[in-house]
Amino acid sequence: MKRNLILGGLLSGLFLFAALISFVWTPYDHAALDIPNKLQAPYAAHLLGTDHFGRDLLSMIMVGARTSIAVAFVAVGIGMGLGVPLGLWAAARQGTLVDELIMRGNDLVFAFPSLVIAILITAIFGAGAVNAIIAIGIFNIPVFARITRGAALSLWQREFIMAARVAGKNATRISIEHILPNVTNLLIVQGTIQFSLGILAEAGLSYVGLGAQPPTPSWGRMLADAQTLVSIAPHMALVPGFAIILTVLGLNLMGDGLRDYLDPRLRVARS
Amino acid sequence: MLRYTLKRFLSLVLSLAVASIVIFIVIEIAPGDPASFMLGMNAQPETLAALRSELGLDVPKVQRYLAWVSGMLTGDFGTSYTYRTPVIDMISDRLWVSLPLALYALVLSTLVAFPAGIFAASRRGRAGDIGVMGATQLGVAVPNFWFAMMLVLIFAINLRWFAAGGFVGWDKGFFAGLHALTLPAIALALPQAAILARVMRSSLLDVLGEDFMRTARAKGLTERQALWRHGLRNALIPVLTIIGLQFSFLLAGSIIIEQVFYLPGLGRLVFQSISARDLIVVESVVMLLVFSVILVNFLVDLAYAAVDPRLRSRS
Repeated sequence: MKRNLILGGLLSGLFLFAALISFVWTPYDHAALDIPNKLQAPYAAHLLGTDHFGRDLLSMIMVGARTSIAVAFVAVGIGMGLGVPLGLWAAARQGTLVDELIMRGNDLVFAFPSLVIAILITAIFGAGAVNAIIAIGIFNIPVFARITRGAALSLWQREFIMAARVAGKNATRISIEHILPNVTNLLIVQGTIQFSLGILAEAGLSYVGLGAQPPTPSWGRMLADAQTLVSIAPHMALVPGFAIILTVLGLNLMGDGLRDYLDPRLRVARS
Repeated sequence: MLRYTLKRFLSLVLSLAVASIVIFIVIEIAPGDPASFMLGMNAQPETLAALRSELGLDVPKVQRYLAWVSGMLTGDFGTSYTYRTPVIDMISDRLWVSLPLALYALVLSTLVAFPAGIFAASRRGRAGDIGVMGATQLGVAVPNFWFAMMLVLIFAINLRWFAAGGFVGWDKGFFAGLHALTLPAIALALPQAAILARVMRSSLLDVLGEDFMRTARAKGLTERQALWRHGLRNALIPVLTIIGLQFSFLLAGSIIIEQVFYLPGLGRLVFQSISARDLIVVESVVMLLVFSVILVNFLVDLAYAAVDPRLRSRS
């Protein structure tokens, strides 16, 4: 059980660390062109090789990690920041018009896959990292609203909530003081999963040109660059591909591990 | 059943109405007038006005919305600003690539996920289960467009079993078309198959713990008979939901996969239209995608009721 958490934490920690380090140090300037050394497979001077402009892939991966992590992080923040209050509100007013409206609104947003939202936003504002964040963020709102409402509904039936109502607390205070702390674990686990989905979505959007624009490095765009060169320089596709896979795998393992770790029922069973 | 169906249908129509309003408003606030984009910077005001009225851009917004919606209901999606051909023709051409691709991927992912999930559930905690679950963890983490590039590298460039991209067209024969869509469909199916296998496994494990499964065993069925006769049918409900949800991911995912394989599908149409500011095409394609998602969810709801009689009587 713990193994997932540790392995996942190490993997995602590695990329977070690389992103942070890249602010002060990268092996090379990630944007520096070095045409004589283009398309080099990994060797001592360039540990992950170079791209078609001779740029150092390791440096690009490190700086690109910033983009991926920042986009996914803010998108999850948007989803939680709007979704959780909506979910709490819907649960507190269960069965009323408010609840119905929030849930139908959720269904409606779910009918727009994040890529479709991104296409719409791009059609209006043009492509860019900020618009990718908005697109992924909007898609995250119903995810968090639904999971919060579901968990809160069963909490509202419990005795300690009844006690709080008898004590004279109103629905808003109960939601914040009693419901929210009890759904936090669930939200952390879901947040980890949405984080990994956000990284995948950002990569996909950048790959089709709807995400981060040059000169901002991003893993998805590195893959787009690699596409036409994949037969002569496969490492250009392998390097960013493995960066994405390992980060997403790490986050998913961490999510699984956290779920097991934070679930008190499982903890009792273990001890 | 009739009341249930009617209720679901009403909510389908409502969702479609709201979705169409949202899409229309979003496209309306997009900066950049298609007419001035088509004529360039130096257009005469009179020419611009003439083109605007020809494209129907000078009519009030509410009237345009109603015209758009009522047009769609009769199969008239308007005329593309740039190509001057009916949007419906452009879309249906592309749909013959995107829709078969999404369906092909759905079939592949189901064909892989069902046996994998059943296998893992029947060997819970043993090596086979751990192996399948590990594979699904990896399957979920792999971006499908990257997987597509790897498939091209191995099966198209090195082994030369498939073309690296493009589409031959269905007039070359059903199997030639299928052959051209095979690599894209595999790439599209991978993450969905991984998710579906996990859902299949956990849903089966839930069902296997139920009392009626013990009864089935007690009346003398073998483990396998009990699983096939009673377990699967009951485990299918959450699986159906996921298949329904996945259809939208497949359709949206095909937009990205089409870029890898240079397939002339809806995705390429959308990207071309965005860069040409051919917003009526973008509008209609997005509406079509959303329509198909809502429709599939409606069908899944009906399928629920067919599988689970409890849902029918409850409403």
